[in-house]
Amino acid sequence: MGALLSFFVVIVLVLIALVGVKGAGLYALFGIVIPYAAVTTFILGVILRVIKWSRSPVPFHIPTTCGQEKSLPWIKYNKLESPAGTLGVIGRMALEVLFFRSLFRNLKTELRDGPKLVYGSNKWLWLAGLAFHWSFLIVLIRHLRFFTHPVPAFVNMIDSLDGFLQIGSPHLLMTGVVLLLAVTYLFLRRVFIPQVRYISLPADYLPLFLIIGIATSGILMRYFYKVDIIKVKELTLGLATLNPEVPAGIGVIFYVHLFLISSLFAYFPFSKLMHMGGVFLSPTRNLANNSRMKRHVNPWNYPVKVHTYEEYEEEFRDKMKNAGIPVEKE
Amino acid sequence: MYDAGKILIGLIIFLAFATYPFYSNMGKAVAKPEPKLDTPVIQKMEVKKCVESKEFMRAEHMQLLNQWRDAALRRGERLYKASDGRTIQISFQNQCLKCHSNKKKFCDECHSYAAVKPYCWDCHFAPKEAKR
Repeated sequence: MGALLSFFVVIVLVLIALVGVKGAGLYALFGIVIPYAAVTTFILGVILRVIKWSRSPVPFHIPTTCGQEKSLPWIKYNKLESPAGTLGVIGRMALEVLFFRSLFRNLKTELRDGPKLVYGSNKWLWLAGLAFHWSFLIVLIRHLRFFTHPVPAFVNMIDSLDGFLQIGSPHLLMTGVVLLLAVTYLFLRRVFIPQVRYISLPADYLPLFLIIGIATSGILMRYFYKVDIIKVKELTLGLATLNPEVPAGIGVIFYVHLFLISSLFAYFPFSKLMHMGGVFLSPTRNLANNSRMKRHVNPWNYPVKVHTYEEYEEEFRDKMKNAGIPVEKE
Repeated sequence: MYDAGKILIGLIIFLAFATYPFYSNMGKAVAKPEPKLDTPVIQKMEVKKCVESKEFMRAEHMQLLNQWRDAALRRGERLYKASDGRTIQISFQNQCLKCHSNKKKFCDECHSYAAVKPYCWDCHFAPKEAKR
């Protein structure tokens, strides 16, 4: 159900772009206004969301670790899995953000005949996730060639590395293919694993379909239904130099691609995609495991009114003495 | 705000990445590419027509060149049947570059604008251009 709903949302988005550009001829709206609005929503939305998160205190010191904690000097401790200081935390976060260390430990759990509970290695999600995120990043960096002039050397280098197989012309870029395959795997996994399908919501499918749509339209545009790339760059560079104009004669598939990307950008701060910022703010990962060295005070603790035993005795000493209850001070 | 320092550093890094296209282009005006078709051979032609139509060549020339490369060098087929019925000798050096002898003003004009580096010139000599 969720998958169908999200699928139709993306189909409707494609139709909106088709009708808006081809039917109504709203070039400036789809070429300039919507992309600017989407990027503004993205940047402001991400910042506001992160600031909102930063207002929530972390009440408990809750790093989840899987290594020996730092304790006595002769006990060897695990610097990355159970970091005791900032440097270790940075190393741990880098492994987490760049290589999805936690996901690498992903297990599959099955109930076999017996009944017996069996755990097994399951690296496919990790592998597909890694392939997906890295190729998406490279695709994003490659697109800087449309938004900069002269194009920086690192963009050219990434482009030529990406296309070094020199298949066809325009040369095949590997990351585009890997991106589409990986995101398709991530979708099929949600459909074919019953437990995952059960917990999947429309909000889980929508980003996948959007990205599938973006990758597909991009690949179609590069290899099959070509658009005038020079005019495309005139448009995109105009956007980047804040001097926007829409050259006539760009194929409609470009506007579909652009509108889907704008949708993704605008949707980003309101969706699960905010894990881009959230991964850095995970208390189970970004805290050092030093709770035996430093006391973590809950920031929302208010001063508690206490009545110590000394004060209690002071107050009731006479009555206690009369009742024959022993007191500490005479 | 808790950990304001760290949050702000993170947000500044995010902003630096997200707005890179804007500040790296600040105040730059980029001239649009204008490929020139004014070589002596083209000027002498009565019917100024390339192998295929202008629109087709604009969008598909790289694919056509790739097909020509495969046909001529890998299969030894040296004749191309154009969509208007003409039969054309397949040769990059003697067909394409005969007319388009101005690599800098024709090929490179758009290619460098779009940051495309075709590997034609790994094998082919670039035409010698008269200095103007």
